[in-house]
Amino acid sequence: MAPGLLPRLLLPQMGFRLAGRGLWTSPQCLAVSGDSQLPPVPGQARVVICGGGIVGTSVAYHLAKLGWTDIVLLEQGRLGAGTTRLCAGILSMAKPISIESQMANYSSSLYQQLEEETGVKTGYVKTGSLCLAQNQDRFISLKRLATRLKVLGINCNIIKPKEIAKLHPLVNIHDLVGALHLPDDAVVSSPDVNHALAVAAARQGVQILDRTAVQQVVVEKGHVMAVETDRGSIECEYFVNCAGQWAYELGQASEVKVSVPLHGCEHFYLLTKPLQEPLAPNTPVIIDMDGRMYARLWQGGLLSGGFEKNPKPIFTEGRNQLEIQNMQEDWDHFEPMLGALLRRMPHIETAEIHQLVNCPESFTPDMRCLMGETPGVSGYYVLAGMNSSGLAFAGGAGKYLAEWMTYGYPSANVWPLDIKRFGNLQSSRTFLRHRVMEVMQPRVQTHSFEFLPYDFWRYLLSLDQSKTFYKPDWFDIVGAEVKCCKEAVCVIDMSSFTKFELTSTGDQALELLQYLCANDLDVPVGHIVHTGMLNERGGYENDCSVVRLSKNSFFIISPTDQQVHCWSWIKKHMPNDPHLHLEDVSWKYTALNLIGPRAMDVLAELSYVSMTPEHFPSMFCKEMSVGYANGIRVMSMTHTGEPGFMLYIPIEYALHVYNEVMSVGQKYGIRNSGYYALRSLRIEKFFAFWGQDLDTFTTPLECGREFRVKFDKDTNFLGREALLQQRQEGVFRRFVMLVLEDHDTELDLWPWWGEPVYRSGQLAGTTTSSAYSYTLERHVCLGFVSPPPGPEGLPMPITPDFINRGDYEVNIAGQRYPAKAKLYPFSSLFTQQKRRKEDMELSNLQGK
Amino acid sequence: MAGTPGRKVLPDVLSASQLHPDAPTGQLHPESQRVQLQGRCGSCTEFLIHHLFVPEFDGKNVSSVMGFESNQLPANAPIEDRRSAATCLQTRGMLLGVICSLFGVLIHFFALSERLFYYIAVSLLPHDTLCELEASVEAGRAFSPILQWHKHPNDYFTREAQSLYFNSLRTYWQELIDLTSPGDVPDTREALLNAFKRLDNDISLEAQVGDASAFLHYWVLRVAFSGATACVAHIDGPDLYIANAGDARAVLGVQEEDGSFSAHTLSNDHNAQNDSEVARIRSEHPHSERKTVIRQDRLLGQLMPFRAFGDVKFKWSIELQKRVLESGPDQLHENEHTKFIPPNYHTPPYLTAEPEITYHRLRPKDRFLVIGSDGLWETLHRQEVIRIVGEYLTGVHQRQPLKVGGYKVTLGQMQGLLEERKARMSSAFEDQNSTTHLMRHAVGNNEFGTVDHERLSKMLSLPEELARMYRDDITIIVTQFNPHVIGAQRQDDES
Repeated sequence: MAPGLLPRLLLPQMGFRLAGRGLWTSPQCLAVSGDSQLPPVPGQARVVICGGGIVGTSVAYHLAKLGWTDIVLLEQGRLGAGTTRLCAGILSMAKPISIESQMANYSSSLYQQLEEETGVKTGYVKTGSLCLAQNQDRFISLKRLATRLKVLGINCNIIKPKEIAKLHPLVNIHDLVGALHLPDDAVVSSPDVNHALAVAAARQGVQILDRTAVQQVVVEKGHVMAVETDRGSIECEYFVNCAGQWAYELGQASEVKVSVPLHGCEHFYLLTKPLQEPLAPNTPVIIDMDGRMYARLWQGGLLSGGFEKNPKPIFTEGRNQLEIQNMQEDWDHFEPMLGALLRRMPHIETAEIHQLVNCPESFTPDMRCLMGETPGVSGYYVLAGMNSSGLAFAGGAGKYLAEWMTYGYPSANVWPLDIKRFGNLQSSRTFLRHRVMEVMQPRVQTHSFEFLPYDFWRYLLSLDQSKTFYKPDWFDIVGAEVKCCKEAVCVIDMSSFTKFELTSTGDQALELLQYLCANDLDVPVGHIVHTGMLNERGGYENDCSVVRLSKNSFFIISPTDQQVHCWSWIKKHMPNDPHLHLEDVSWKYTALNLIGPRAMDVLAELSYVSMTPEHFPSMFCKEMSVGYANGIRVMSMTHTGEPGFMLYIPIEYALHVYNEVMSVGQKYGIRNSGYYALRSLRIEKFFAFWGQDLDTFTTPLECGREFRVKFDKDTNFLGREALLQQRQEGVFRRFVMLVLEDHDTELDLWPWWGEPVYRSGQLAGTTTSSAYSYTLERHVCLGFVSPPPGPEGLPMPITPDFINRGDYEVNIAGQRYPAKAKLYPFSSLFTQQKRRKEDMELSNLQGK
Repeated sequence: MAGTPGRKVLPDVLSASQLHPDAPTGQLHPESQRVQLQGRCGSCTEFLIHHLFVPEFDGKNVSSVMGFESNQLPANAPIEDRRSAATCLQTRGMLLGVICSLFGVLIHFFALSERLFYYIAVSLLPHDTLCELEASVEAGRAFSPILQWHKHPNDYFTREAQSLYFNSLRTYWQELIDLTSPGDVPDTREALLNAFKRLDNDISLEAQVGDASAFLHYWVLRVAFSGATACVAHIDGPDLYIANAGDARAVLGVQEEDGSFSAHTLSNDHNAQNDSEVARIRSEHPHSERKTVIRQDRLLGQLMPFRAFGDVKFKWSIELQKRVLESGPDQLHENEHTKFIPPNYHTPPYLTAEPEITYHRLRPKDRFLVIGSDGLWETLHRQEVIRIVGEYLTGVHQRQPLKVGGYKVTLGQMQGLLEERKARMSSAFEDQNSTTHLMRHAVGNNEFGTVDHERLSKMLSLPEELARMYRDDITIIVTQFNPHVIGAQRQDDES
C-alpha cells in the first residue's frame, strides 16, 4: 500500500505523540506490522466482536479467559482509535448504582494486575479521588454513596474541608462542605490498557483484525448467521456490538434492525503545560459535581473537563468514523468549565494552555450502559453506551457480558444495565438527541423510581421531585391520597403496565404458561393468578398477574419495564407453533386502578351490576360495560392490597370511562392519585415489586411467596428443580419488612433504597425500597437480610429466629436508626376490608 | 385628522394605571385586555421575529450585496409600512425599499411597492430590451421576467387591478421606446426620477379616468386619495443610488479604522425640519401663502412629509377633486376623509412625488445600509442605529472559533478573553437578525442605551388601540455589503 493511501487517522496520533510527551503513545498494531498487507479475513468464527476500543477488547479478553476459542475482533480503523484514545483516564468507583461500582471495582483490580500479566505499561497510578460537595444536599448524597460503597467493600471515607486541603494543595476549600475520599481510585492510560487487553487476548488466541469495517450482520430465522465486512464475510454464531459511538448505526445495519439507544455528544477537556510548582504524582483526582468539573494530574500539568449545561450532541445523522479525528475545539463552549476550574483552583491561573481536546462520548437515555443479548436477534449481544465512564466500566462490563454469553446470565444482577429495559420508544433518533442534552446534567441522585422504567415517565416524575433528602414537599398531598384510598376511592392511571395476550387454538397456551409460571394456571375461566416466571435457578424473570380470559386465551399483566424483557423471555421458550399466538396489547388498553372501599359503589352505579364481594369475589375478572363503553375488563385487584378494581379499557373508550368514573365518583369523594400513594400502600403491606425488590436472583422462597409455587401441579415448570433443592437446603437470605423506630419524619433523613441493614451491629443486607406508611405513621423499608457466613465461609440458612431476635438498624447516610424486622405484614392493615364486609352484611340484615 | 399618526408622547406616561386592567380605561374591556397582555408579554423575541426575513443568496453571483435582513413591527394591524427587495434581471443591480403608507388601513395600497419597482426596472431597461419586451407582449409570447422578488413568506402579491396596472406600465414603456433611440442606455439617476414621477402620474390619471367596473373604480380612487412615502436604494456594484420621497431615511454604516462605526446619511427627510424643503415649498407658492403653506410643521397644517405618492387632495384642484368624487362610486361618499379639502388650498399642487436622488460610490469601509421608516429614526438617533447594527454584525463575526494555536496563553488570560466575548454576545445573542436586534433597541431602549426588558414587553403588549399612540410602525431593511467585492470592483473600474 502506498504511503499516500495510509488511513488518515494515523496522522492525529502522530500529532499527539509529538505534543503529548508520552501519554498518548499509540499502541503498536498487534495483528499487523506496519502497513503491509492485511491478513485475510477468516471464513468463519464462533464469535465476532465489532469494535477495537477498550470495551471490545475487554469482551474478547474475558471470553478467552472463560475458555472460548475461535474469536475474531474487528476494528474499522486502528485499535483504540475512537473514544478510547482520548479518554481522560480517570478510574473512579464512585458510581450512582451498586452494580456500576462493582464493575468499576473489578476494572480497577484488573487494570492493576494487567501490567504484570502482559508486560505492557498501563500508566496505572493509585491517586485516589475526592468527590467534593459544595452544599448540604450534595454532601448527604455523598454520605449515602459512602454507605453503599462500604457494603461493597470499597474503601472510602467522608472527610472535612481541612483534610481536602491536605490531600490536594491547589483546591480552594472555602465554599466546600466536605468530600468523599476514595483512596483506591486511580488514573490510568486508557489506550495502553486497551493495548494490554488486546495483547493478552491475542495471546489466548483471539484474532484481531484492524482496518476491517463491518457492513452488515446477516440474520436468519432470528439468529445471527454471519458478518459481512468490507474484506469478506465471516460466518459466526455470536456477534457482539461494541462499536461505541457507532453502535446505533451498526445496530441499524443488520437484516433485522437492532435498537441500540445511544447518542454521541461532544465532550471537552483541557490540558495544561507542566505547572511551575509540580504536584506529587499521587495527588488525588478532583470531581466537583456542583461545579460540573473534574481535574487530574497530567504530565506535570492538569487535565480538566466538565459537563456543561448545554451539551453539544453530534453524529445524529451518523458519520464516518474518520470524522472523530477532526473534532474541533470550542473555547466559547468551554468557558463555563474553565470558570469552574479556576474557581476551584485559583492558583493555576498562570498555568499555560497546552490543548483543548474534544472527545466525543456516547450517552444513553438513563445514563446507564447497554448490555446483553438483544431482544430481537438471538446471538446478537451489545455492550456500548458507556456515558463517559468507559474506562471504569470496560473491565467489569466485559466480564459480565462474557459470563452472560457463557452461562446464559452474568454472576450479578445487571438488570439496570440490560439493553432490554428499553423499548421502541427510546430508539427514535430525535428522542435520543434531545435526551442526551438532558442526561448530561449531574443531578443529586435522590429517590428511587419504581413502576416507571420508561424514562419518559421517570422524567416527568422527577420534575416535581423535591431535591432534598428530607421530608419531601409532596408529603401532605400523598397523605391525603392514601387516606382517600383507605376511606373513599381513588383513581390511578396505570396504563404504562405491560400487557400481553397469549392465545392458541388448542391448549398450547395453557401448556406454555404452566411451564413458564410457578403457580397453577389451570384455573376456571375468569380467575386471576399472581405468579412468577422463574428461570432455571428459580429466580424471578418476571412477576406478573395472569388472567384466564377463556379456555385457551390468557391476559398477562407485568410491570412496565418488562415490555421487552418479558416478551423475549416468553418468545424464547415458545414453541414454533402457528396455532400459538403472543400479542403485545400494551397500547391497546388504558388501565385505571380504582382503589378504595367505595370503588365497588362507583362501578355498581356505572354498570348496574352489583360489585360486592359476594357477586364479584377478589382476584376475579369479568368483561362488562361501564357507562356507555362495552368490553371493559374489570379485575378485582389493585396491586396494593386495598379493595378495588383494575379497569382495562380499550383505548378509544378511555376518556369516556374516566369522565364517567370521575363524575359518578364525586359523591363518594373520588380523587386522582399517583404512584407515590400506590407505593406507600403496597410497601406497608409488604408487597414486593419486580425490578425494585425482586430480581433474577431472587427466588419465591426467599421472599415468602412459596404459596404461589405449586410444586405439585401435574406439569414440570421452569425453576422447579432449583426451588426443590433450595427448599431442602434452606434459604440464605430473606426478604423482610423493617419498620423504623425512633426516626423523626420531620427532621431526619428519609430512607429511599440501597441503605445498609445491620443486625446486632453486623452488616446483614440492604434495603430495596421504602416508603412512609401513613397508617402506621412510620417508615417501612423492604429489603433482604442474611446471616453471617458459617465457619468455613459458607452461607448459612436463615431461620425465623434470626429475623425475630435481632436488633436491627438501617444506616441512612451514616446515621443508624433502629428498626423492627418482620416477616409478615401487619394484619391490622387488612381488617378494614373485613369490617366493611361485616357492615354490609349487617345492613343487609336490617334491610330485610 | 390628516397626517401621520399623532406624534408620540412617550413613555413615562406609560404608567401602570393605564395598563392595569382594573383601572377605568374607557372602551377597553378589562378582561380581554388582560388576556392580551399576558399572551404577548411572554415572549418578546417571538413577537419581534414575527416579521423577520432573511433571504438566502445563492452565492454564485459575486455581488456587492452580501445579504440583507428586514423586520417590521406593526403599531397598526395590518402594518402600513412595507419593505420590498428585488433583483433586476434584465439589468444589473438590486432594489431595496421601504414604503410607508400615510394613514388609514389601506391594504390595497401595498400594490404601490410592487408597481414602483416595476417602474424603476422598466426605466432602467435599455431601448433595445424595451423593444424586445414590447414585441413579446404584442405577440403574446412569454417574456423573461424583469424582476426577481426576494419575498418573505408572509408577503404577497396584489392580484386586484393587475391588468389595469399592467396596461399603465406597458403604456409607460411604449412611451419610453418612442422617446429613446436604439442603443440608448438610461442613466440610473434619470430612471429613478422618472419612475417615481411617472408612477405618481399614473395613479392620479387612473383615478381621473375611472374604470367601468365599480369595484376597480372605487379601488383606484382610494389609492389616489391615500398617500405613501418611499425610500428606495438601487445597488449595482459599487454604485449606490438612493431615491427618497418623504420621511423615511437611508443611512450608511461606515466602519472607521479603529473599528468603530459612524453614520453617513444618504437621504434628506422631506419635512419641516429640512430648511431647503421648507424653502422649496415656499418658493413654489405665492408670497401670500407664506404663512399658511406650512403650519405647525405640517404641509397646510395637515401633512407631515412634504413629498409623497398619491394623496391627490394635496395635488388636484378643488374642481377636479369635486368632479371626480361626484362621478365616483357611492362607497366613496361614506368616507368623510376624501371629501375634506385642506384649508388655505389655493395653488395646488402642494405635494409632489418627485424623489431626491443621492449617489454614493461604495467604499470597502461602507459595511451596511439601513433603510428605516420614520418610526425608527424618531426613537433612535442615527448614530445609535449604526452603532447597534454595527456591533451586532461584528459580534456575529467575532463568534468565529477561537484557536490557541502555538501561542502561549495562560488559563487566566483565556478566561478573560472568553468572558469578554460572552459579554459582547449576551445582548446580541437573543436575536438572530440585526433588524430584530435594532427593533428591540428602538422599542425597549432605556436612558442608558441598553434594552429594558420590562419596557420592551410593555411596549410590545400594548393593545392595538393604544399602540398607535406610543409608537409608529417600524420597518427596517439592513443591507450588508461585501467589502472584498466592492474593493475589487473599484480597482477594476479604476484600472
